[in-house]
Amino acid sequence: MNNPNGHFKTALNRLIRKKIAVICIIVLIVIYISGLFASVISPYEYTAQDYTNIKKPPSIDHIMGTDRAGRDVFTRVLWGVQNTIIITFVALITGGIIIGVGLGLLAGYKGGKTDSIIMRIGEISSSFPDILLVIILAATLRPRVLDFVRFLEDSYNISGLVKSGIADYLVVSLALVSFGWIGTARLMRAQVLSIKENQYIESAKSIGASTNRILFVHLLPNAISPLVVSITMGMGALIGTEIILSWLGLGIQPPRPSLGRMLLDGGSISIIRNEPWLLIGPGIVVFLMVLCWNLLGDALNDVLNPKTR
Amino acid sequence: MWQYILSRLMWIPFLLISVAFITFILGRFGPGDPIEIMMGTKYDPIVAERVRSEMGLDRPIISQFGSYLKNASQGDFGESLRYRGRSVSGLIGPKLIVSAKLSFVSLLISILIGLPLGFLIAHKQGTWIDPFIVTISVTFMSIPIMITIPALLWIGCLKTDLVPCSGWGGLFDRRIIIPALTMGIPGIAFMIRIMRASTLDVLGEDYIRTAKAKGLNFFTISNRHVLRNSMIPIVTILSFSLAGILGGAFITETILGIPGVGRFSVESIFNRDYPVIMAITLIGAVAFILANLVADISYSIIDPRIRYR
Repeated sequence: MNNPNGHFKTALNRLIRKKIAVICIIVLIVIYISGLFASVISPYEYTAQDYTNIKKPPSIDHIMGTDRAGRDVFTRVLWGVQNTIIITFVALITGGIIIGVGLGLLAGYKGGKTDSIIMRIGEISSSFPDILLVIILAATLRPRVLDFVRFLEDSYNISGLVKSGIADYLVVSLALVSFGWIGTARLMRAQVLSIKENQYIESAKSIGASTNRILFVHLLPNAISPLVVSITMGMGALIGTEIILSWLGLGIQPPRPSLGRMLLDGGSISIIRNEPWLLIGPGIVVFLMVLCWNLLGDALNDVLNPKTR
Repeated sequence: MWQYILSRLMWIPFLLISVAFITFILGRFGPGDPIEIMMGTKYDPIVAERVRSEMGLDRPIISQFGSYLKNASQGDFGESLRYRGRSVSGLIGPKLIVSAKLSFVSLLISILIGLPLGFLIAHKQGTWIDPFIVTISVTFMSIPIMITIPALLWIGCLKTDLVPCSGWGGLFDRRIIIPALTMGIPGIAFMIRIMRASTLDVLGEDYIRTAKAKGLNFFTISNRHVLRNSMIPIVTILSFSLAGILGGAFITETILGIPGVGRFSVESIFNRDYPVIMAITLIGAVAFILANLVADISYSIIDPRIRYR
């Protein structure tokens, strides 16, 4: 009755007819590809300083201008985008998808004690006001994670691990995971609770299908469209939180560029008055990323869940 | 019903203890020794040892946590590590009031503009106005605060000299305009979306058609039938916004130099002033949990069809 492939095909067709969604997909693809290939695209090194070109407005050589150390803003934005992409992607895969979906499926399907334990833990971590938990975690975890990376470096003789800044990525992703999983888990649980009443689940059980098979072959595919919508809609917020962390100085550490740090540096009154391009360049990129994820999420919601408004 | 409320109320202390415990552990295992922070440059190992045993920091962590909880339940959150001799409650109190005033004004802005707009565009579904306003509101929701504030400052302070660039002067001071707008703009967009969705749900009901068929005028239908029902989801949102009033706004307060809880908690995280961080987290968690409860209970009062087991 409900062929999942057909469902997605019609959804895709309807999505393509939405102009805003198509524009957003294109913008996101452009931003993500230029971020991921920052090393190829960027015209300069992100630490390269050009003392003859300090605080210069945008020109052909520096299309977003240069900062107070003579570094090319465009290059730094590209690398900042790359850092944001990596961190949000790691947080999404581990927190949103593996932990969130896994625990949500388990809670909904098993019910009883498993369900209440998982949901209670979720309730505790969502009782922390706002993003305070993320901030506290990012602030307190850093030295521990740094120690751990040093330990790895020493015991396995991998050089340059600390220098590569992998600890920063770990800290921020871990902190983001702490609040990222609850929403997905609740959504999956609600989905599973309604889907598992269907007859096909009962028949699968009666022919002796294993729990894993029921979870991943029967339940998950049928719960996928709300999941896609909520993940797309949540990406904007995830990017926003990452940027808040690096804005507070808890994210990627200088000299590696981060978008939050650039917004912090560009946001002071004297900079807005004298060198506004320091804010405009990174600002527009951040805004476009968040906006496009949100608009795309909206469009997907219309297309995949036509009943909700 | 009463049983439901009672079981929820009994769960609250457990939630709070868990939140307190997580913050406590993170604080103890986080970077920096509290005694070192207190003594600053006058650090002396012998004195440090004495202070440590005086403050009970050499006792097992569970017994430290126990005495902390006992004091906290009586409103005594200990002494600030950074501001010597000042009690945490005395430090936070005035800042809570500042944040509450600011959040109240921004909430008022978002309600007064957002709710009527959302209600009106729900009636315009199918015309260009509806998707237009919805897209505009997503756009405004997507602007990161770190960009909103410099933009508003540029308009209001650098170009037109309408308001001073930073600072705080209370509820009836011009300086409240920029922070209130900054926090209000995403709020407006959010209110529009929620109000639109819930009004659309109600407009599709049979009793609205009946009311129209009886020949009631637009005002009566809106007032008696639509608004009363479409306000139900808004109650939840409002109670959470009220909880948010206590939380303050980290970034807005930090950039604009407003002496509220948000800015203070960011400062305290960097100062490693754990007693303050714990107190803010706990107060925020209490507000949030209570808001959750109030929302659920008021649901069943407004809409008698909702009953809890």
